Amino acid sequence: MATAETATHDLEVLENLLLRMWQIRAFEIRAMELFEEKLIRGSVHPYVGMEAIAVGVCAALGPDDYITSTHRGHGHCVAKGLDLKLMMAEIIGREDGYCRGRGGSMHITAMEKGMLGADAIVAGSSAIAVGAAHGLGLQGRDAVVVCFFGDGAANQGILHEACNLAAVLSAPVVFVCENNAWAISTPAAASTRIEDIADRAAGYGFPGVVADGNDVLGMRDAAKEAVERARAGAGPTLIEAKSYRVTPHSAATKTDLRPPEELDAWRARDPILRFSRYLCEEAGVEPARLEVIEQQAKRDVDEAVEFALASPRPEAGAALEDVYAPADWLSPGRLA
Amino acid sequence: MSEQREITMSEALNEALHEEMERDPTVFVVGEDIARMGGLFQVTSGLLDRFGSQRVIDAPISEAAQAGAGVGAALVGCRPVVELQIADFVSLVMDQVVNHAGKWRYMSGGRVTVPFVLRGAVSSGIGMAAQHSQTLEAWFVHAPGLVVIMPSTPYDAKGLLKSAIRDDNPVVFLEKRLLYSRSGPVPQGDYTVPIGVADVKREGNDVTVVSYAAGVHLALQAARQLARESIEAEVIDVRTLKPLDVDTVTESVRKTGRLVVVTEAAGAGSFASEVVARVVDEAYDALASRPVRVTARDTPMPYAAPLERAVLPQVEDVVAGINAVLGRTPVEEPAG
Repeated sequence: MATAETATHDLEVLENLLLRMWQIRAFEIRAMELFEEKLIRGSVHPYVGMEAIAVGVCAALGPDDYITSTHRGHGHCVAKGLDLKLMMAEIIGREDGYCRGRGGSMHITAMEKGMLGADAIVAGSSAIAVGAAHGLGLQGRDAVVVCFFGDGAANQGILHEACNLAAVLSAPVVFVCENNAWAISTPAAASTRIEDIADRAAGYGFPGVVADGNDVLGMRDAAKEAVERARAGAGPTLIEAKSYRVTPHSAATKTDLRPPEELDAWRARDPILRFSRYLCEEAGVEPARLEVIEQQAKRDVDEAVEFALASPRPEAGAALEDVYAPADWLSPGRLA
Repeated sequence: MSEQREITMSEALNEALHEEMERDPTVFVVGEDIARMGGLFQVTSGLLDRFGSQRVIDAPISEAAQAGAGVGAALVGCRPVVELQIADFVSLVMDQVVNHAGKWRYMSGGRVTVPFVLRGAVSSGIGMAAQHSQTLEAWFVHAPGLVVIMPSTPYDAKGLLKSAIRDDNPVVFLEKRLLYSRSGPVPQGDYTVPIGVADVKREGNDVTVVSYAAGVHLALQAARQLARESIEAEVIDVRTLKPLDVDTVTESVRKTGRLVVVTEAAGAGSFASEVVARVVDEAYDALASRPVRVTARDTPMPYAAPLERAVLPQVEDVVAGINAVLGRTPVEEPAG
């Protein structure tokens, strides 16, 4: 396991990590409520319990670095610095949302923030991350691409292809496997005979690292090492972050087959409480200050919801826009 | 005179790649055996020496990852050209092309462009059997957000590939393998053929024959044959299947009143059906007879020569189709 909680850091940086984690938590809880209130269509896939992974990894990235994300992608967006207001407006399906209501919860894209896009095909963005990394290099841009995916994605063919291609190209990619232990109802152990998905990296000829996905500083350390390696031209790394989603697969999924005692055990390892404890005990942060940060995050999310609900619904005619990028052959009023 | 210069279609495509890679440093090519060997059909010949291994990539046999990498590189501003050695392998890349390349712009609310070209060799007619002989363009025509191009001549191939690379949209560019070695006049240096503009390959007043790729040559042969019987067929090469230049087709049908559509693809759900439907939508009143589709039979492609010949449309099938719409001969349903 990557070690953590030892290094000393600038307090502001640490507090900001906590704020991001709380923002994700508050955002997801509000999103689930909004789904129940029927303000969100389809579904949302909450990232509750896994906040340390995205926040830790993105803390190791610069503004010019990129990420790809998954159907469970809100946490990655928040961690990469996307605007909560535009995220919430998108998820509620409003014109001011990141994708003008075209994408919804599973497709938030913000190139200006280094967010290549959330991808709701499991493992779908793995090769995209490799190509983006290679393409950035071709343009002389010193950027790294992080590909977030889950334990389920680890068994998809495209991920195997993408890892191998990344290795062959020495592409500056960091593969971050968020092992949250379960598919919707199938335990990871029923989907693979290996304990650590990180072991698979050996098959591609690059390092595989197991990290504690509930330890934000440990995640940051593991990511820093992988990012430095990628940026130096030494190729990809696979980081397996062991964690757990403590909420159901999605807001629309009412069946949860996971043992209650397992859930309780993971709730006791809550990454936010754990990091809060660290901040108090090791970094000398006052409990009152932690409360301020938590309340700040909740206010940020409240404001995001307020903004989203005030944003106009898209006009029906906009459904026919942006199927294609502008082109000589594209005449007005014709889709193709 | 350079205008009189004749080169093969594979040479024409090769010139297009050389010129576009020279013109734009973000253009790169990736595929199997395309660098050292110059491609199975020499379309990428000489590129490695001129542009180096970062832009001319011999990829592992991982078609999905190649396509996905192309999409990723396109998202960050490159113009990748991915070569599928054999077009049948599109089945391996469908998720990346349909679920990613074709949708990413729309899902993002128009925040990204995906200037990505997927080339593939359609290899029917030479005994490559069922897994190397399919003509699958209809799959892509059905998927929103894609451009689909199938050239019939070296001139069109060069000009359209250049347009495809410069277009900001994902393009599926299918090349008929039997046409690679066919020669035709191709200007030296830069020119483009516009996307979405059909070409009248032969003028005539009696019947409109619409086709593309190798089907155009079947149609032209049939037209020459019938000219001896004083039947003048107008042969329209749509060149671009999506966007379809329906105006040129309907204008011709308004002149002739008769329509035959020729495709080497299997008939069910084929592009020929789409052309007939579009003409019925827009020029039903101009039709003097029931349109006829001349297509391949709805079977996997058999290996032995007489069997393959029985499945693929032949010149005599096109002649029969033309006779049928003219009510000239015993009306016998042509292939398909």
